[in-house]
Amino acid sequence: MTRLTAQGLTVERGGRAILTDVSVSLEAGTFVALVGANGAGKSTLLSTLAGLLKPDRGEVALDGTPLARIERRELARRRAYLPQNPRAEWPISVERLVALGLTPQLPAFGGLPGGFEPRLTQAIEACDLGRQRLQPATTLSGGELARAMLARALVGDPEILIADEPITGLDPRHAIDTVQRLQALAAAGKLVIAAIHDLTLAARSATHLMALREGRLAAFGPMADVLRPDLLRHVFDVETRVSGAGSDTLVEFVSGGLRR
Amino acid sequence: MTGRWTPWVAGLVLALAVVASLFLGRVVVSPMDLVRGLMSPDLSLASLVVTELRLPRAVLAVLVGASLGLSGAVLQGLLRNPLAEPGLLGVGNGAALGAVISIYFGLSQAFPLATPLMGLAGAIGAGVLTFAFGRGGTLTLILAGSAVSGITLAVLALALNFAPNPYAGYEMNIWLLGSLSEKSWDHILLAAPFIVAGLGILATMGRTMDALSLGEVQAKSLGVDLDRMRVLALLGVGLAVGAATSVTGSIGFIGLVAPHLVRPFVGHQPSRTLLPSALLGAALLLMADITTRLINTQSELRLGVVTGLIGAPFFFWLVLRLRKTAP
Repeated sequence: MTRLTAQGLTVERGGRAILTDVSVSLEAGTFVALVGANGAGKSTLLSTLAGLLKPDRGEVALDGTPLARIERRELARRRAYLPQNPRAEWPISVERLVALGLTPQLPAFGGLPGGFEPRLTQAIEACDLGRQRLQPATTLSGGELARAMLARALVGDPEILIADEPITGLDPRHAIDTVQRLQALAAAGKLVIAAIHDLTLAARSATHLMALREGRLAAFGPMADVLRPDLLRHVFDVETRVSGAGSDTLVEFVSGGLRR
Repeated sequence: MTGRWTPWVAGLVLALAVVASLFLGRVVVSPMDLVRGLMSPDLSLASLVVTELRLPRAVLAVLVGASLGLSGAVLQGLLRNPLAEPGLLGVGNGAALGAVISIYFGLSQAFPLATPLMGLAGAIGAGVLTFAFGRGGTLTLILAGSAVSGITLAVLALALNFAPNPYAGYEMNIWLLGSLSEKSWDHILLAAPFIVAGLGILATMGRTMDALSLGEVQAKSLGVDLDRMRVLALLGVGLAVGAATSVTGSIGFIGLVAPHLVRPFVGHQPSRTLLPSALLGAALLLMADITTRLINTQSELRLGVVTGLIGAPFFFWLVLRLRKTAP
């Protein structure tokens, strides 16, 4: 059973603390929505959890082994990471782009070994990119590119997916589509951690909520236990109304609710 | 897409260019004499022309052109910038400075291989300086390369300014324009080990460059060691281009142009531009060299001038294409 634990994470940049003493334990089969105001440290926390950023204090461990002690290709096979607004720098085909997700599995030289072809096709089909397979990635629409990047992250079948704002900039249809894919992954036994600004979508799809305020962990727990107006007031400084439960949850901002 | 065939086509172009370079020149050698000259070590004119002049020249052109083409492809892939070229890291200018210093102090007159040896020393010095200041980030590496280029160019200008006599000044200027003429097998034996080592290092970088198509953050998340990659790129480009420049002088544009010509044919996949860029770079340099031999001018038309004259308009084409494709 995959378990990702953070112990006392502190990250400082230019004398300013971006993360302060964050400790959390995340388990496979959960979809953790990370929320927080701009500048609360969400991206820093995700990079640190992914092992891309070394914390100044504290450590992240995967099944008890500190990330720093896991070989980089081994770590790359076990967790996938999607930054904010990922993009392709060259007009390579969608097929090639998705195949890049297999980089940690491949030998240093040569093309894609034949054995990987079915996995590639499966990942492309699973993200509904069959028709765009040979299209240059730079000509994709925002929604298609988001799916292509998701396929890129999933083709290597990682245990953990960490995504930084995967639905920011997507229209409602594509945002719901992406969130449902993440939900399905968690249901299939993966650990999914994603920063999400849309609280209603997060509440309806994620199993757990993790909230940051000014670099400190404000709350972590099952969605139903944690998602309350007083937490959201603490995290975002706005008044909210939370109604319904499960897939009917609705998070509304109360008009004139901006606290001064 | 015919991507699979691209290396073969580039190889064929190179083979044709090599053959043409052996046949064409101021002394007309018939095909029969040429073959005989290659086979038997007699001292006929044809034999001498081929084995002592044209063959070393062709071999050197292939080594230098491949260095420039491959370095250009690696740097463009690394920086994901179509304007990246081998001169970016400062090693080419470092080599030029070393060579010019050897001419300045008259070392080249005392010992013919002093120029390439000093060129190599200059390239190594520039590479070390670029690395010392620029390690830790791709942008800082490029900025450090520009700074090193700036310093070497300033000292070069200083050397030209205080040239001990007009002839030395002329000699330095001419050397800077780049040429494959009057190069012996000794020059090749001196530069080849460095060039081959550099090419070997650069050739291993394909997988890394592919991952970089997703940007540095995603490449890192895919297990790419970015620090190691930058060191390898600097080492490979430094060895190949430094050694090449120390023997032939500065030759521009080949490293910029070759990857661009190749890219559309291999689906823009960075790793697949490497081999064809090297082959095409070699072919382009051979063709430019043949041009310098066929155009009969009073003083020699220098190779760097020809590549510049042909390469500069390519920039305009690049601008026009970017204007069309950019939003």
